[in-house]
Amino acid sequence: MLNPDAKLNPHLFDDDVAQAPTRNGYGEGLVAAGDANPNVVALCADLTESTRVEAFAKKFPERFFELGVAEQNMATVAAGLGTSGKVPFISSYATFSPGRNWEQIRTTIAYNDANVKVAGHHAGISVGPDGATHQATEDIAIMRAMPRMRVHVPCDAIEARKATIAAAQTWGPAYLRFQREKTPIMTTEETPYVPGKAEVFWLPGNGSGARGAKKPDVLIVGCGGLVFHALLAARTLEEEKISAAVLNVHTVKPLDEKTIVEWAKKAGAVVTVEEHQIVGGLGGAVAETLAAHAPTPIEFIGMHDTFGESGAPDELLKKYGMMPKDIIMAAKKAIRRKQ
Amino acid sequence: MESLTAQKLESLALMANRLREDVITMVSRAGSGHIAGALDMADIFTAMYFHILNHDPKRPDWPDRDRLVLSNGHICPVYYAALAHAGYFPVKELETLRRLGSRLQGHPHRGALPGVETTSGPLGSGLSQASGIALAARLEGKRYQVYCLTSDGELGEGNYWEAAMFAGKNRLSNLTVFVDRNNIQIDGFTEQVMPLEPLAEKYRAFNWHVLEIDGHNFEEIAAAAAEAKAIHEQPTVVIAHTIPGKGVDFMENDYLWHSKPFKPGEAEKALKELRSLKGKIIAEG
Repeated sequence: MLNPDAKLNPHLFDDDVAQAPTRNGYGEGLVAAGDANPNVVALCADLTESTRVEAFAKKFPERFFELGVAEQNMATVAAGLGTSGKVPFISSYATFSPGRNWEQIRTTIAYNDANVKVAGHHAGISVGPDGATHQATEDIAIMRAMPRMRVHVPCDAIEARKATIAAAQTWGPAYLRFQREKTPIMTTEETPYVPGKAEVFWLPGNGSGARGAKKPDVLIVGCGGLVFHALLAARTLEEEKISAAVLNVHTVKPLDEKTIVEWAKKAGAVVTVEEHQIVGGLGGAVAETLAAHAPTPIEFIGMHDTFGESGAPDELLKKYGMMPKDIIMAAKKAIRRKQ
Repeated sequence: MESLTAQKLESLALMANRLREDVITMVSRAGSGHIAGALDMADIFTAMYFHILNHDPKRPDWPDRDRLVLSNGHICPVYYAALAHAGYFPVKELETLRRLGSRLQGHPHRGALPGVETTSGPLGSGLSQASGIALAARLEGKRYQVYCLTSDGELGEGNYWEAAMFAGKNRLSNLTVFVDRNNIQIDGFTEQVMPLEPLAEKYRAFNWHVLEIDGHNFEEIAAAAAEAKAIHEQPTVVIAHTIPGKGVDFMENDYLWHSKPFKPGEAEKALKELRSLKGKIIAEG
């Protein structure tokens, strides 16, 4: 059942559930952050509309800087601003930023401790027809490996807005990952959002409240828009008398190890779900944590060491095994591996 | 800036010579490091920290200080020596270069050492950071100057020219770049490795104000900084022609000294030469 404490969208499972791209939430959050703090500035590299920086640029033209197609310069100019009292947000597609400018981010933002927020857009394979060159499936891994860098992967547009505002309020380097396509609105304004704190979205059986819930047969840990598929999978599993818990891990770093370990111990079997390589992403992070604290069978939903390709978003999610039925199969496999 | 009297010029020459001695001692003691560029930039670092910069070593975080961004971080021995003699930290600490636990990292790190404005080492990204700092000054209505020191070899980086375009577009007149035009890089002479000429024309094409000077002449360095400050519509680049390894005869103009370590006796030989140079400066003064 949906966790009542999470105060999720009551129309979540309706056929006409409201949808919006997470990048829209970024655009709204950026304006809100700009309203709240005059030191917030935005930099963009010729993708102002599609990264949703346009609203900020219109409202605060003196705090918006167009860099042209120059992601390395965008990161390093932001570093200079970020060490001089400003709170710069840099925006481009994730394959270019933090892809192309990774070293600049590492040296001049993370190691240099500059207060810069990196917004990587059009992440995952669901960006679709543009093909593998524009489908970032390694960005969580390369940012997660960087000391000092926080990594946020919001699950819907509302959470994306909250994550953006929170990033502006939290001192230090951060990476925010957004998707191009519309995804279902799972959360509400009332849904708790604390950076670094995973939220239980689905409770096993008929337990009431996260603490009082009965033990699940499997724990599904997800991030980004695919959390919706995780919820659909959990609902179907319950119909099949298999109880599941679903955790929304909107902050991949610092990872909420406590909550993940606690639920993994209860379940004894885990499935991770992400639109990213299973190497180094959320799956890798969960595996590292559980190997250290609670060794548990894990099945991984994500890209299995392969590039994407052109196609419609749903076609690609089907082809690369990220649909609810794939999560259900993975859950059953993980359960079978319990000793 | 105070005027450059004969007495001041002598004190600058002696300080530059002292920085060169420190560079030789530091790199020799550390067993590794980059010498040629550090030696040839000693005059510009001296001019900066002891004549041009509006700064206060006792208050390294003073918001109105002029900023100096070193882009080619590998020449940091001379940077550290200048900071120490200016009073940012004890001169004795120069001995710790590249050692475990030292604040004098192999390449400069912001936060590790007072006076270091930004982390650098990977080449070609200092100008962008200096541009960001210059932009922040403009947003804040601050009047401080931003100086960026770069090598010539690092002008091969694409990031550098992205920044050059950006500074030109935004007319960052509070930004002045000194290019160490010593014509050498690790693999050889710049014009053989990857030609940069016509360099001045490149900057003009990017809408910069361009000056060329003798990078070992204090009067020319100071005049260039003053002119740059007076230019209000463009960023300024000062192409400073220097002699790599300047001050040590057997190192001058030999690209191998960009980064090669000393063999036994070589550091002593270099120091001996610099000490006799010191005597010459005093005698001529």
